[in-house]
Amino acid sequence: MYLQVSVQAEDFDLGAELQQLKAATPQAGALVNFVGLVRELAADGQLSEMVIEHYPGMTEKALNQIAQTASQRWPLLGVRMIHRVGTLSGQAQIVLVATTSLHRQAAFEACAFMMDYLKTEAPFWKKEIGDFGQHWVEARASDEQAKQQWKLPK
Amino acid sequence: MKITILYFARIKEVVNYSSESVELPENITSIIALKSWLCDRGETWQKLFDGRGVVRAAINHELVDDMATFDEGDEVAFFPPVTGG
Repeated sequence: MYLQVSVQAEDFDLGAELQQLKAATPQAGALVNFVGLVRELAADGQLSEMVIEHYPGMTEKALNQIAQTASQRWPLLGVRMIHRVGTLSGQAQIVLVATTSLHRQAAFEACAFMMDYLKTEAPFWKKEIGDFGQHWVEARASDEQAKQQWKLPK
Repeated sequence: MKITILYFARIKEVVNYSSESVELPENITSIIALKSWLCDRGETWQKLFDGRGVVRAAINHELVDDMATFDEGDEVAFFPPVTGG
């Protein structure tokens, strides 16, 4: 499987990234992607910026492990993951998970699976700054539940 | 035994530094024992590990539970539940 993982401060060109993934996996019949964005309206006011901290070293390892787990479960041809860190403004792209496979089901499901695992296992922390002051984003129980639904029946 | 401890996000702000190198007594070899040893430093640490806020731990970049053990030279990290994506 083609796999490329990046943790970076810079923005990414979505079109160019998808084009590159497509070119790297010419057998693909399906390409699915998810892009997470900075919401301008935070829980308690207008957001001016978001700061994303991470654990260098562990972050890359966790993302690679998530992609490997997905590739054992679905017949994937390619995976591209990008997660940004540092200071981002409203509507900025935060994360990209893109998958290619022969048929759509594997690409769809693996993309959702990897996002649900990334949300609960990859060491990133968001801080929101705005007219309300600043605070760390709290982990949501619904994200943990979203991950649990992927557990295979024993 | 000497290990490195890293702190991230809210926890880093609470303890007021991001990493430290510590020399541990011989009997401190697990995450749970390390938390208890750190709590001897005072109220800030006791509040941090009192169980009301979840503190996750990693040893050498792997998420672990409280019973996990570490060795000389290992890197231990404490951080809140993750919120990326």
